[in-house]
Amino acid sequence: MIPGDFEFKQPASKDEALSMLRDGGDDARPLLGGQSLIPMMKLRMASPDILVDLRGLDDLRHISIGKSIHIGAAVTQHELIGSEELFNVCPIIRETALVIADPQIRYSGTIGGNVANGDPGNDMPALMQCLDATYILESSEGIREVKARDFYEAAYFTALQTGEIVTGIRFPKPESGHGYSYQKLKRKVGDYATAAAAVVLSLSGDNVKSASVALTNLADTPLFVEKAEDILVGSQLTLNTIRATMDAAEAIMEPVSDGRGSREYRTKMGGIMVKRAIEQAAMRADGTAKGGLFGWLKR
Amino acid sequence: MAKTLIQLTVNGEPHEVAVNPRDLLIHTLRETLGLTGAHIGCDTSHCGACTIDIDGQSSKSCTMFAVQANGSNITTIEGMAGADGTLHVLQEAFREMHGLQCGFCTPGMIMRAHRLLEENPTPTEEEIRIGISGNLCRCTGYQNIVKAIQHASETLTSNVEA
Amino acid sequence: MADTISEPSQSETSAERSQKLEGIGCKRKRVEDIRFTQGHGNYVDDVKLPGMLFGDFARSPYAHARIKHINKESALKVPGVLAVLTAEDLIPLNLHYMPTLAGDVQAVLAHEKVLFQNQEVAFIVARDRYAAADGVEALEVEYEELEPLLNALKALDDDAPVLRDDLAGKTEGAHGPREHHNHIFTWSAGDEAATQEAFDKADVVIEEYLAHPRVHPCPLETCGSVADMNPITGQLTLWGTFQAPHVVRTVAALITNIPEHKIRVISPDIGGGFGNKVGVYPGYVMSVVASIVLKKPVKWIEDRMENLSTTAFARDYHITAELAATKEGKVIGMRSHVFADHGAFDACADPSKYPAGMYHICTGSYDIPTAFCSVKGVYTNKAPGGVSYRCSFRVTEAVYTIERAMDLLAQKLDMDPAELRQKNLIQPEQFPYTSAFGWEYDSGDYPTAMAKTLEAVDYKKLRQQQAQMVEDFKAGTSREIMGVGLSFFTEVVGAGPSKNCDILGINMFDSCEIRVHPTGAAIARLGVKSQGQGHETTFAQILASETGLPADMITIEEGDTDTAPYGLGTYGSRSTPVAGAAAARAGRKIKHKAQLIASHLLEVHHDDLEWDVDGFAIKGMPDKRRSMKEIAWAAYNNLPKGMEPGLEAVDYYDPPNFTFPYGAYLCVLRIDVDTGVYSVDRFYALDDCGTRINPMIIEGQIHGGLTEAFAVAMGQLIDFDETGNILGASLMDFFLPTAVETPKWETDHTEVPSPHHPIGAKGVGESPHVGGVPAFSNAVNDAFRAFGGVHTHMPHTHSNIWNYARSLGMIDS
Repeated sequence: MIPGDFEFKQPASKDEALSMLRDGGDDARPLLGGQSLIPMMKLRMASPDILVDLRGLDDLRHISIGKSIHIGAAVTQHELIGSEELFNVCPIIRETALVIADPQIRYSGTIGGNVANGDPGNDMPALMQCLDATYILESSEGIREVKARDFYEAAYFTALQTGEIVTGIRFPKPESGHGYSYQKLKRKVGDYATAAAAVVLSLSGDNVKSASVALTNLADTPLFVEKAEDILVGSQLTLNTIRATMDAAEAIMEPVSDGRGSREYRTKMGGIMVKRAIEQAAMRADGTAKGGLFGWLKR
Repeated sequence: MAKTLIQLTVNGEPHEVAVNPRDLLIHTLRETLGLTGAHIGCDTSHCGACTIDIDGQSSKSCTMFAVQANGSNITTIEGMAGADGTLHVLQEAFREMHGLQCGFCTPGMIMRAHRLLEENPTPTEEEIRIGISGNLCRCTGYQNIVKAIQHASETLTSNVEA
Repeated sequence: MADTISEPSQSETSAERSQKLEGIGCKRKRVEDIRFTQGHGNYVDDVKLPGMLFGDFARSPYAHARIKHINKESALKVPGVLAVLTAEDLIPLNLHYMPTLAGDVQAVLAHEKVLFQNQEVAFIVARDRYAAADGVEALEVEYEELEPLLNALKALDDDAPVLRDDLAGKTEGAHGPREHHNHIFTWSAGDEAATQEAFDKADVVIEEYLAHPRVHPCPLETCGSVADMNPITGQLTLWGTFQAPHVVRTVAALITNIPEHKIRVISPDIGGGFGNKVGVYPGYVMSVVASIVLKKPVKWIEDRMENLSTTAFARDYHITAELAATKEGKVIGMRSHVFADHGAFDACADPSKYPAGMYHICTGSYDIPTAFCSVKGVYTNKAPGGVSYRCSFRVTEAVYTIERAMDLLAQKLDMDPAELRQKNLIQPEQFPYTSAFGWEYDSGDYPTAMAKTLEAVDYKKLRQQQAQMVEDFKAGTSREIMGVGLSFFTEVVGAGPSKNCDILGINMFDSCEIRVHPTGAAIARLGVKSQGQGHETTFAQILASETGLPADMITIEEGDTDTAPYGLGTYGSRSTPVAGAAAARAGRKIKHKAQLIASHLLEVHHDDLEWDVDGFAIKGMPDKRRSMKEIAWAAYNNLPKGMEPGLEAVDYYDPPNFTFPYGAYLCVLRIDVDTGVYSVDRFYALDDCGTRINPMIIEGQIHGGLTEAFAVAMGQLIDFDETGNILGASLMDFFLPTAVETPKWETDHTEVPSPHHPIGAKGVGESPHVGGVPAFSNAVNDAFRAFGGVHTHMPHTHSNIWNYARSLGMIDS
């Protein structure tokens, strides 16, 4: 498998990169880790004339943690996994990054590439929706922000305009003591999810104070389960509320039948992943979660 | 497209190579530099037979353009043995524990194991299995590969202590 | 001289000297690993010749279509593209079709029609692989789509599409009459009438449809070749991924009319074969044709997608299995009918007389008095192949049939599967045992192997645990169930005796030639070809034990037809049973001559000498001896009068029978019913491969074979959509487990040597695959037995397991 020919550009600055992308128009593609794009080019399913290499741009490589968390687009999965600071405030990032592809790919693959590519199999988009992240989009025209929950239109179709790239991601720091879980069912290491669910929630006593649920590879875009918040927040985590959340999630899933299973199987697994993610998140959340009330969860 | 000159340090030796932008690093290593240890097994970044070490990271060289490696420091399987021909501890361990059969995955597997042990000198069995999960082997069933990495870990750790 | 051997000191004991030889039974470290661990293996894509060009195929996007037009110019104008070859170019050379090993022909490049997706349509030769790929992308081909035939069970319907226009009117095939345009052969074995009688009088019968889906051997190295036709000398050198290089040379001579002595075939290091590299593929032929046409060396290397979709599938057997038994559980009859999907061309790699391989080993390890089986081969719009994926010819299919059937019978009789097997195992005193199909099983102690296995795993306790989990599940306190899968397999390997086995008329012997040099070092060459099995290590061990020369002083060489003696190659676990026997016998010939030389040196009659590990001593006078090293030297300067100088031997071995390795495997797995996700808690494998040449390598072979069995049973599938598009032909989808999914293996053994093999070895590389597949499948099915399950098909993927659980009402909808 051999890629088609292209011109390779290495800009010295972000501004230069944006001009190159503007000048290249639809024929130009940004290149970060290349772990999605290069296989596509080798299969000749993508054949850009110009690749603009963004990896050398230092202003895309930072992780900063304040009231909100900001991650540059060129930060690799490996760096996400390795960041103790990030793990301390938002451990679900590591949990998710660890089930993406395999170790080699995680050294090269970036969070920016993962969220911007629009591949429904990618794991970070659902997590970003779960965390209510905002993507920072830049072009030579300027800068704008789009919510992860509004970014995805269809497989490989996103809010990105020609000449525009995701330069970073920002999301509010999750409440201290929150519970979290990324549950991914897959056939083997390196596979996309048969079904996966990201859950972040916090508890106040027996009641759910906040909750957010999103899904990977269960439609042609990541799915944010809007109704989950309505169902869960203010109520207790009971078999009924969890069942209602699963139903709400399953209702919006539209997975394709493929080697991972039929549409029906994958939908049911989506529900199971939601259930298990809620259960695990609840157990991880502080407060009563470790007590008797949730004993049934432990089976 | 015009060729670009890139600088690579491979196994300690500097090279200047003219490449086309689309030349995959694996082909530059194998065909231009004659380092045929890294192999192509799947073409789609799943098998890891092409794994090399670039600037302290394991990388699948079939999913990287040579131009992206410009200026980098690369170690391939050919650079693992000592200058006097002494096998690297991992190479010895793979032989000792029968961690290879057809040998096709071995260069990538050893390069990956090398980086794994650099990052985690005393991995558990589970950590080893996860750590080499980007490398497929069709012959061994991995059991003896895991043993070989454990054996190398023990040797390297006791060398450090001694 | 760094490499000479140190003379064994007279004070060393026999045991010490024996240890130094590193002969049979020693865990000798592998010779091959020195180069492989350093990246200095030499695989076909490492072959680089001056001026070498690269060839790549343009392939059909359709499963069944007529080729209307090929616009060569579209590819020729791509920079770097030098030639575009199509079937039209091959017709004058009569090379547009090539003979297959199964007596059919296969299109080298599609002529008028394409018959499967990704079929080879044009060969594009360019300066390098990049330009060749550009040429492939640029080539314009116009097709007219035709209705595809994908379901083998419908291939013989009256209105089934006609696939093979080239066979129009051909009513006689290579294996008898053809009854339909998509019919290849019908083959049967056993006594149909007697079997019917057994079924008529049986207390209990079972019948089940068992699909053995299409899979692929998928070695990590794909297929490839480099052809170098020297226009001056007329000499063709062909490097390639050939498990059987000599056969390739003969086939090349037959189809190209290049004299066989002008063809040199070289199999360099091979990155795994597993049956994928037995056949002859269009790529090999086209690299040769292109080298002839362009007068330059031409390389062809397939990519993974091409590998999975075009070269050598395995299995695709639609099996009906039937058993007849008494109510006490004694099996009295066995019957099986098979619909075999052979794809678009019959390119199965089987001995000529056996179009369904050794499927008739399907009475397994049991004393079953009557049996009958028949196999119907049909064409479909899928890639050709039907190779033996890590097994002897169709033996995995056969063992799957009987081992699933035994479990089904146990279920019907409400009997434990182990107990039923024990009741029916062939008993030690019955060997040599002639099966209902006429195989003569040479040796074995099955009850001991079975008993040892059940004891090792504490079988009774496992069944108690399982019962408890069933209870918990039914009580609603757990969503997990447990399966215990047993298989007791017998293989038929080491093809083979010339009375049974030939390929294209060449008997399936094998060979070894050994030359002992004056200093006591030696080189031995064999007609087989290692693909990871470690021949360079183990054959030297056999020769070390036989000749008394240390294994480290014996180079083993294979794969170069100019130097190696003729042999039929490595597959079907035949290397040790056939070439290993030839090695032992060649070693004995060396020893025989050495004895005569020693008698001359020691001035005694040769009958007064006795062999002592690494030399000959005068009987009763162990100090009066001559070592093999001394004898080797004498062979070149101090010989008995009239004796030919030198110390060489060659042996061509036609085995009197097959060998019959066997074993008992047990798999314990747990299933999370809500997701269909399983985890293998335990896998115990007891093998009897006879004499154990290198226990380390045997264990490695078993680990690898079990891993491939796990992959086949639990995930591998070459699937198609309704238009014939191949699904999942990449390593994202085709299930090659990583270290994370792969279970841990426990190995064990018994050792009953083969009575007819010179050193008693039976072959081992394929046992774990053959025995492993039914053990996994039985474990999955066994988990559902208590819930009314009868049979669920492979691959046992998460989704298939879940679907099955749901069909049994175990999941609320």
